[in-house]
This record gives sequence, C-alpha cells and structure tokens, in this order.
Amino acid sequence: MYQHEPNDWKKYVIVLFITSTIFIGGIWLSNYLSNKKIDQLKNIESNISVDLMSSETQFSLLEELSCKDVSTTVLSSELNSLADKITFSENNIGNDDTNVVSLKKYYSLLEIKDYLLMKKITDRCGQKSIFILYFYKNDKCDDCTKQGYVLTTLREKYPNLRVYSFDYNLDISSIKAMVSIYKVPDNLPAIVINGKVYSGFKTVEDIEKTFPELESIKAPVTPVKTKTSTTTKSTKITTPVVEPTTTVVEPVKTSN
Amino acid sequence: MDSLYTSIFYVFSFISVYVQIFFLVTFLEKKRHIIKHPDNFELLSYPTVTIAVPCYNEKDTITKTVESLLALDYPKDKMTIFLIDDGSKDNTWELIQKLDNGTNVRAFHKENGGKHTALNLALEKNTSEFFGCLDADSFVHPQALKRILSYFEKDPKTMAVAPSIVVYNPKNILQSAQKVEYDMAIYTKKMLGFMGGIHVTPGPFSIFRRKVFDDLGNYHKAHNTEDQEIALRMQEHGYKIDHCPDAYVYTNTPNSVVKLYRQRLRWIYGFIKNLIDYRRLLFRKKHGAVAMFTLPSGIISILGVIFLSTTIVINIFKFVKTKIIQIHTIGFSNFFNLNYKFEWFFVSTKVALFLSIILYILVIVSVLIGRKMSEGKVTFSISILYFIIIYSVIAPFWMIRAIYNAIFSKESSWTFERRVMKN
Repeated sequence: MYQHEPNDWKKYVIVLFITSTIFIGGIWLSNYLSNKKIDQLKNIESNISVDLMSSETQFSLLEELSCKDVSTTVLSSELNSLADKITFSENNIGNDDTNVVSLKKYYSLLEIKDYLLMKKITDRCGQKSIFILYFYKNDKCDDCTKQGYVLTTLREKYPNLRVYSFDYNLDISSIKAMVSIYKVPDNLPAIVINGKVYSGFKTVEDIEKTFPELESIKAPVTPVKTKTSTTTKSTKITTPVVEPTTTVVEPVKTSN
Repeated sequence: MDSLYTSIFYVFSFISVYVQIFFLVTFLEKKRHIIKHPDNFELLSYPTVTIAVPCYNEKDTITKTVESLLALDYPKDKMTIFLIDDGSKDNTWELIQKLDNGTNVRAFHKENGGKHTALNLALEKNTSEFFGCLDADSFVHPQALKRILSYFEKDPKTMAVAPSIVVYNPKNILQSAQKVEYDMAIYTKKMLGFMGGIHVTPGPFSIFRRKVFDDLGNYHKAHNTEDQEIALRMQEHGYKIDHCPDAYVYTNTPNSVVKLYRQRLRWIYGFIKNLIDYRRLLFRKKHGAVAMFTLPSGIISILGVIFLSTTIVINIFKFVKTKIIQIHTIGFSNFFNLNYKFEWFFVSTKVALFLSIILYILVIVSVLIGRKMSEGKVTFSISILYFIIIYSVIAPFWMIRAIYNAIFSKESSWTFERRVMKN
C-alpha cells in the first residue's frame, strides 16, 4: 500500500475564493446592467410625461381655436418602444420586481392620459381615429399572447390605429376604473374598440371585418416605420401602444 | 418551481466553474513542469516492455497498428508485441499469424471472452518489466514509448503513465468536434496527473509497471471499461498514475452519431458502475484527489450536462414554438412585414447568461491550452463551436441512457460496439 500525495487544501480554498469572486462579479454585472435599463426606462417615462403634459397644455390653451390649427403628428414613438421594453424587462428582470412593477404602473397612467387627450382632440376636431383598449393578463393566458401578436400586426398595418394595452391584474385604481366603466369581463383577452367590449381572442381578419373603417386609416404604401421590434423573446404582454398621433400644435397666428 | 430551477442552475454552474478554475490554477502553478521532450533524448536505461493488442474483427486496421508499434524508437530486443485474437469472426486470426515473427511479435488465439480476457492472457504470458495495451484502432507516435518511460525513470513511485490521445484524421464535423474534446482532455488529464487524480488509464497505450498487476491482480471485466477500473483500483491502493502529454497515440473515432452514442454510452455506463463499485473512495481524504475531486466532479459533470443541455434545448424549443404560434396567428406575410431592429436594451442581462458565458469561455480556454500542449500552438477554429453545439445537443441522450442502463444493469458490450463501429 502506497500513500497518496496529501490533498492541497490551500488550493481548494483559493479556488473557492476565485470562483466565488467570479460568481459575485457575474451577479453584480447582471444587476448593474439591469439597473441601467431601469434608469433608461425611467428616463423614457419622464420624457413621455413631459411630452404629454406639454400637449395637454397646448390643447387647453388652444381649446377655443379652430381645428385647422391642430395638426396631428407623431408624438412620442417612445411610448411604443417603451411597451416592448417593459415587456422585455418583466421577463428579463422579473415581473415581481418592484422597479419594473412601478414602471409598468406609470406607463399605464401615461397610456390613459394619452388616450383621454387623443379622444378629446378626435371628438372636437372630428378626426378619423380608432382606439383599441386591450386588456390582458400575464399568467396562463395563451390567447393573450396571440392577441398581442395580432394587435402588433394591426398597429404596423395601420399606423394611425392607437392601441393601449393594460394588464388586467395590475394593482392600480385607474385600470380598475376603466375595467368597471367599460364592463370588461375577466374572460381575457378583451378589447374595447370605440367603447364596445369584445372578449376572447380575435384574429386580424375578425377585427378588420368588424371595423371596416380601419381601411380609412390604412398606412401609406411605404410607411415610415419608427417603431422597434416587438419580437423579443418575451411572450407575455407583447404589445401595444401605437404611434400616437398627437397634437403638436402649430404656433397660433393671432389676428390683431 | 422557478426558484428551485434557478438554485439548481447556480449549484451546477458554480461547481463547473470551480472545476475549470481548479484546472487553470493548477496549470499556472505547474506549467513549468510540463515536459516537452526533444527528439534526440535518450533514456538512462531501456527496460523490457510488452505491448498487448487485443483484437476482435480488426482485419482493416491491425496491420497499421502493428507497423506503428514496430516503428517505435525503442530497442527491438527490449520490446515484445502480443497480438491476441479474441475469437474474431473475420480473418483477423490469419492476418496476425502472418505478423507473428517468432521473436518480438507473437500471435495468440482464444475464444471470445471480452477485451479484459484478452489482456489477461497477455499478462499471463508477460515477462517484461512494463506492460501496456494498444487498441487495434489506434497507432502510436514513434517517440511515444520512450517519452512515457522517462516518467517511470524520473519517479520510481510512478506506477502507470497515460498517453495523450489525438483524433486521427478527422473527416467530418462530428470527428472534428471529437478532436476538440480530445485536445481538451490532454490538458485536463495532465492537470489531474499533477493532482494525483487520474481515474482512467486509457486502452490506447497506457503503460504500467508489471508490479501493478503482480500486486493488485489482473484486469476485471468492469462493465466493459477495464481501463477505468484498473485506474480506480490503483488509486485505491495509492499507486501513482501520471500523464505524458507528448506521448501521442492516434485513434480512429466514431464517424457517425449512432457510433459515438454507443461508445459514450459504454464509457459513461462504465463510469457510473465503476463509481458505484468504488463508492468507498468518495470523499475519503486518504485516497487523494481522485476521491475529493475527480469522481465528485465526474458525477456533477454528468448531472450538469444533462441539466444545462436540457435547459438549452428546451429554451430553443420554446423559442421556435413561440415563433410558430406567432406565424400561425398572424400569417406568414404579416410575420415577415414586422419591423425587426436590433437594440442593446433587448440583450438579456440575466445572471444565468453571464455565468454561461463565463463557463463557455473557461471551456474554450481549456481547449486552447490542450491544443497548445498537443500541437504546440494555440489555434482557434470553428470546430470548437461544433464541439460545443453538438455535445450540448447529443451528450444528454447518452448520459440519461447510461444512468437508466446503470439503474437497470443493461450492459453495452464491447464486441457489439466494435461490430457497430465497423459497419
């Protein structure tokens, strides 16, 4: 019987230390980059918020004026890409992460504000706009995923179609208010188009058939696409807010 | 469920990184001790050596194997070659009889009984100080024997020395991927050699002192992996096993997935069964690195590969499923009209991703060091990618099957595998 060389315990410990350092480094880097993304999202939200407020203010200022001075153009295409980014973050960082949840809540509020403002402009100026409010949930809802794809497709096809998506289960009073105003059932997905509720999955063709007026807001033959991809790995919300046509009001010519 | 999964992932990746770092630290610590022999070096003395070549249906390769042995740079009167026909069904026996020259090449025939019985017959006839084996699908570098024997000369405590196995003439992607694996193994084997943790003395050209068999007995069947069992038996008794990185043995590797699968099934099955037989070694300090490092990391690597590879495959499957649902939902034309634009934001920052990247970098570093040791230069080639992809996809199959077979004791036979290999 021979003897083995004794185990080099010191090396076992040194390697443990190095491995732990690498591991902690990996975790730190992941957190650092995730926080950077959260910051980026916060920035976008704050920009959109300023844009919205500015639009609201302009609209209020110009309320007495004629609609011909109110031109509709793209406000914040960021609101769109923001939806994708929040969806991605829910998967990447976690949909129970407090930062992500609060960003999502804030995003929902911005959507509602944008919706109300746009509706006011449309009503007052008789523009052709179609609004879709889309209610979904993240858990156990394959149809919601599919509905997300459909709405993304419609949004690409009809840049003036405005889709606002809301997480049915998000704990925020304004979404609950919308749910009760439009009597949105819990059989999701559900969409509200021009005030009418449709529950269950609807295909692109279903929606186009139900709303022939979509044709009137169809994209030009070669639309300029400003939006980012919604085809991230995320399958949860996938969705939607659309190229908001918003008012950027021309300087008013006051006649003396 | 999700957090359980994440915890398992962390545990596996931590241990995998630990093992790789351990090798790397050993390499940095010992790299000066990696010997590269000059072509003209001489041994102080030339002891007698017997090389046994067990044959089962080897008519196509046996001549080349014997020629390579005869071409070894070693005094002819000090080396004997035993060709043992293990009841071949082809004309191997006629062939090796012709090779028998009555002096240093001898041919023997026996009823088919498995590789270990052929080796044991050779051991019974052996009178040399050193004994080795060479599989009939392999052939040796002319300097291999001298280089290996220099390790015995340097350290009288060294009882066996394993060679570096190099893939001979890889012809397809699968063989190129195996070449990468074998290159990496040269590095890891040497590091295990430094640590005293080698757990296989491979069939192709591992050389032993005769004392090993005199003291510990002949080869066992050992679930058709007698080369693992003899190494574990030696480790149990504290017999030192080293590795000679520049003793090259060229081996033919399986050229199809099915053949590779059969070979690996036998290896992993053998590993598991031998591990069970030698479980008494596990975590016993007195048995050195093989007990504390090699065997535990072997277990982890089987489970880890199954877990990590299955995860990758499931994720790819999920991704494809998502895309299919998407196309099914919105139609082909709409799908291809969607705007795709790259943005850094959408690059994952999950911890798992960083850990996987670290792990893959460490694996690639191992391959590169192995190449440096086998070819003398660091070369980065596309075959590294083949290796990672192919093994990620197919390794779990033979590992899972090996575990299944081990539980239900379904052996994969050597002769059956040899038959398959030739077809």
